[in-house]
Amino acid sequence: MTLTEQVLARHAKRASVVPGDNIWVDVDVLMTHDVCGPGTIDIFKKQFGAEARVWDPEKVVIIPDHYIFTADAYAHRNVDILRAFAGSQQLPYFYDVNTPRYKGVCHIALPEEGHTRPGEVLFGTDSHTCTAGAFGEFATGIGNTDAALIMGIGKLWVKVPSTLRFVFEGTMPPYLMAKDLILHIIGDIGVDGATYRAMEFAGDGVMSLSMEERMTLCNMVIEAGGKNGMIAPDETTFAFVRSRTNKPFEPVFDRPDAHYETERRYRIADIPPTVAKPHSPDNRASVREVAGTAIDRCYIGSCTGGKVSDFLAAAKVIRGKEVKVDTYIVPATTEVMREISRSTYEGETLLSIFQKAGCKIAEGASCAACLGGPSDTFGRLNKAEVCISTTNRNFPGRMGSKQSAVYLASPYTVAASAVAGTIADPREFL
Amino acid sequence: MMETHIVGKAYVLGDNVDTDQIIPARHLVYSLSDPEEKKRYGQYALSGVPDAVAGLPGGRVPFIPEGEFRSPFKVIIAGKNFGCGSSREHAPACLQIAGVAAVIAESYARIFYRNVVDGGFFIPFEAADSLVGKLCTGDEVTIDVASKTVTHAGTIYALRPLGDVETILEAGDVFAYARQSGLIPTPQPVGTPTAGRTAGS
Ligand code: SF4
Repeated sequence: MTLTEQVLARHAKRASVVPGDNIWVDVDVLMTHDVCGPGTIDIFKKQFGAEARVWDPEKVVIIPDHYIFTADAYAHRNVDILRAFAGSQQLPYFYDVNTPRYKGVCHIALPEEGHTRPGEVLFGTDSHTCTAGAFGEFATGIGNTDAALIMGIGKLWVKVPSTLRFVFEGTMPPYLMAKDLILHIIGDIGVDGATYRAMEFAGDGVMSLSMEERMTLCNMVIEAGGKNGMIAPDETTFAFVRSRTNKPFEPVFDRPDAHYETERRYRIADIPPTVAKPHSPDNRASVREVAGTAIDRCYIGSCTGGKVSDFLAAAKVIRGKEVKVDTYIVPATTEVMREISRSTYEGETLLSIFQKAGCKIAEGASCAACLGGPSDTFGRLNKAEVCISTTNRNFPGRMGSKQSAVYLASPYTVAASAVAGTIADPREFL
Repeated sequence: MMETHIVGKAYVLGDNVDTDQIIPARHLVYSLSDPEEKKRYGQYALSGVPDAVAGLPGGRVPFIPEGEFRSPFKVIIAGKNFGCGSSREHAPACLQIAGVAAVIAESYARIFYRNVVDGGFFIPFEAADSLVGKLCTGDEVTIDVASKTVTHAGTIYALRPLGDVETILEAGDVFAYARQSGLIPTPQPVGTPTAGRTAGS
């Protein structure tokens, strides 16, 4: 069995499963946030009764992150609903806004708080829940109805996906990031190339990546239509997880009897800095092919490109220069925010590097303009502007106005474009 | 639970219509359980689709007439990967609230499809051969749910079988299905609407 099949079989209490099996699995963690939490809670109450209790308060994690720094009254009302529910259900893992517990973007907050563990099953009411596959677990996005069912019974039906395997050989050159690898794959297989399938990443090129970079790979499997991403756990994984939680977990490892629907092999040395052009994540080009393209702004943030290592990469390019277009810096979580004011590059904090370069720094961690959001959202594209961004989606209107256009790229490439004023290859700045 | 025949006007869209086009993110704040607020999901359904491709072949056909909450189109015809993008259940919900009873796509994104089925919002058909280019926005169509066909002006097009999910669609939604399967022991409280009929509220 593949990694995905092993995890699903164990959670269905079966000796084995094959792709296509419909099974009910036990859920280890259910995550929800401010956009989908209120609807989920509502269905839960309708279906199980106003006084019903969630199946296991230890396993429900609520992380408001989407619409935080806005004046929109409905958005605040939604956080109020989460707060009341977490209070009445006595949920230990509610990361409330305006408190020291506030985290920011859920997919980065989950591992920071030790909620992602090898061998487990994680469902979240957000399509990028697949990010957690980097930890060797089955993690995927669901809607409010499925989440409400899990809240009540701790189980959900799953169709076992077949696995597409992607093997990367070689070491990462200093100008390349996991973002380039995943944009490359999506360009190859298309935005529906992995529909109903698991995407597993392997090879020495993948296993030498940090946890944050592995998360970037798994984060974007949904942009290829994938059900989940998966990377076998190793010492890098265990060191990260053990530094965040004492909870026991049972990892699964590669087995010789694994059957993959396809296996693609890549030499990392052959992959150049890559972008996805407007308006689709599979509209691939090398940065060289689009170098010089006019842009109105740069955006560095989100669960894909708003982690500490993403800002370190950007700082390496930006240090000592000034940005030539509006450049937005949006740390994914409060921990990332704290880290960029502490971590240094060449003796200077990342925050100071960005400030001196003239970047616009978010007042707090959140999803911000990654998904447009209410019209007063920090960094939102409110007109026919062109943006190069470290985020994950560039369908029409994703970052605001449907007249806007978004290029997706790595933090290196976005930072290089910021200091050049047009789309630029990071190799010229490193 | 499923209607046997769906008769209405078609609204035709292209490939990769994602959830931000179906319901732009700034509208995700309204309550799905408040009847007045819920109507706004209908009002803004498909409002993120670029004008040039809104209602093929010509485009520039509003799905929802100005100032209204319901659509004159009951059936959506779409290309590949319909509903890709986010997991927001507001996407299938808004189409149902706007009055959509069925979508016929060449293929669906996984989470969207699952949400449609488990929430019981409408019937997600797949066409054996894409109907985009064969049907035009405004065409009157009749779907025969049992025989899995759609007819326009005397021409009959085949739809794919619904497969495993037909059981859930027939039950009404995933809660009804879970009750039938004995996974939810208590009977549903009398008079409680199912998730689908309240549009995932
Ligand atoms: S940062 Fe963007 S992609 Fe990630 S959870 Fe937030 S809105 Fe979704």
